Amino acid sequence: MSAKVSPIREPLINGNKTYHQITEDICAPTERVPSLPWVIGFIVAVTGLALYVFCLAWTIWFGIGTWDLNRTINWGWDITNFVWWVGIGHAGTLISAILLLFRQKWRTGVNRAAEAMTIFAVACAGQFPLIHMGRLWLAFFIFPYPNTRGPLWVNFNSPLLWDVFAISTYLTVSLLFWYTGLVPDFATVRDRAKGLRKKVYNFLSFGWTGSAKHWQRWESLSLVLAGLSTPLVLSVHTIVSFDFATSVIPGWHTTIFPPYFVAGAIFSGFAMVLTLMIIARKIFKLEDYITLAHIESMNKVILLTGTIVGVAYLTELFVAWYSGYLPEQWAFYNRVFGPYYWSYIGMMTCNVLSPQIFWVRKYRRNIVITFVLSIFINIGMWFERFVIIATTLARDYLPSSWSYYTPTWVEIGLFVGTLGLFFTLFLIFARVAPVIAIAEVKSILKTAGNQYVGPDAIHHHHDHEVKTVAEEIKAIK
Amino acid sequence: MAATVNKEVLYGVYDDEEILLDAIKEAKRAHLEIWDVFSPFPVHGLDPLLGLSESRLHIAGFIYGAIGTLTAFLFMTWVFTRDWPMIFGGKPYWSVPSFIPITFELTVLFAAVGMVVSFYIVNGQGPGVNNAILDERITDDKFIIAFSVNNYSEEEKEKLSQFLSGTGASEVLTKEMPA
Repeated sequence: MSAKVSPIREPLINGNKTYHQITEDICAPTERVPSLPWVIGFIVAVTGLALYVFCLAWTIWFGIGTWDLNRTINWGWDITNFVWWVGIGHAGTLISAILLLFRQKWRTGVNRAAEAMTIFAVACAGQFPLIHMGRLWLAFFIFPYPNTRGPLWVNFNSPLLWDVFAISTYLTVSLLFWYTGLVPDFATVRDRAKGLRKKVYNFLSFGWTGSAKHWQRWESLSLVLAGLSTPLVLSVHTIVSFDFATSVIPGWHTTIFPPYFVAGAIFSGFAMVLTLMIIARKIFKLEDYITLAHIESMNKVILLTGTIVGVAYLTELFVAWYSGYLPEQWAFYNRVFGPYYWSYIGMMTCNVLSPQIFWVRKYRRNIVITFVLSIFINIGMWFERFVIIATTLARDYLPSSWSYYTPTWVEIGLFVGTLGLFFTLFLIFARVAPVIAIAEVKSILKTAGNQYVGPDAIHHHHDHEVKTVAEEIKAIK
Repeated sequence: MAATVNKEVLYGVYDDEEILLDAIKEAKRAHLEIWDVFSPFPVHGLDPLLGLSESRLHIAGFIYGAIGTLTAFLFMTWVFTRDWPMIFGGKPYWSVPSFIPITFELTVLFAAVGMVVSFYIVNGQGPGVNNAILDERITDDKFIIAFSVNNYSEEEKEKLSQFLSGTGASEVLTKEMPA
């Protein structure tokens, strides 16, 4: 038990929690009347969602001509937003799957919310390619189904079709993984609820009983799903990058794209997790469960992935120069010094320079700095996708078809609108479901609670008298 | 015997998983037949003590995944070599490398969906299922060792109760469960 744990390891659960206290603290936000910040946030989010619905209806009614796309600049904010949202959707699976395989205990404090974020972000991402098709009502054409046109099948050799399979598989698997983790926690809420609430949570908890055999299968399932999700999450952004890399556009046709996109996705996803968790821990009073140790761990990942992204940017420039191939060199010269130079500066400052302050431990553990920086990175990563798409397409092969792209209000409205959609979903989730995985946090209490590890640990002498932890703590006090 | 005989359950409530594990070791030594153990989270070291064999879900997962691999690969092969051969980018009809991404995705999809569905079926769980709950505190902070005592004499039940409280159970209770 606690004796096997290093005494210098930092605790991940503060406040001398008991199992019951963990249940109380994490269930509380779902059981009380919503707090004022939640209500205000929800109103703002729903307003954004309404804007989204309006702009969507506008686009469908009048057509894609309401956007500033043209013959050469055929991807604009829409695909920028798509890649941005998909990237954000990578952190959840990284935290829940890869960190599970690496047995990182700090995962348990943030995995639930991060997975929820993943699902909502992928849902937002999926909107854009669908709207971009122009005729949304014919979107089912992308699926290979027996049809009356031959049957004429979809092109299985196209990265755009691979994307359809990757994104829909990713959404499905993430949803299953997330829900399977939620089932025991919904049972916890069920067993505390009365009346209609009990009925609702009884339905949501799928009849969970807590039997030893069920827990064994649950752990086995979680482990295999983590093993499957790990290559899946890497494949998704790899395939997204193929949308660019398999084309013959200078500036896109590079083999560095898959690893560079995956690192960027993790980077932006962690930034969004931090943005959300720093607010959530405050509003829902979960500071004991999402501690500075969690924030510091995430900041280390941000520092690493941000630096990888930086190396990728420089590698691109170097390879373009070293290739000796003029159009390639010019494409990158144009990216840095061309008409969209300001977005390149934004990208470099936010993504590469700003995270470097996380080399200093004091800043990694500073909540205000972390929060501000997480916003910076969200913006920087959006710029990265804009840089890749807009700078390249605005200056393609023929100078006669060069132009400049500025979004119309409809495009801006669609982007801001998906933020509304995202936050509406997230705020509903935070009211309805436990935002922290209750069962998983309980399972690490003995090895990561502050009464067992760290400087404030209470020394246990295990005499053969049977005492509960709570009694022992009481006795010591 | 009538089909609707309720299961009579005698159970001890423990406050900590370490006390529970010790109690199960004692029960094993005393050759008591435990019906089930319940806990708020997966307790490590419990499965070997209870003699639970390893879950076979991952084997099922492998089979589902293999079905996904074959479905995707053979389907694309059939479409592009038999049903409607088409040339894209001057590549052969049967261009295996470009089938890999979709084959991989469907492998993962089939394995994950198949495993999750199997998990709920073998657990007897799912949307709308109402399983009887032995004690509502299981999902909060209590650990339970339960005995099925339909065929036990009063004397034997008394012995079990003493065993449970002797090994540290804070409460010993009985409950009728639907069979």
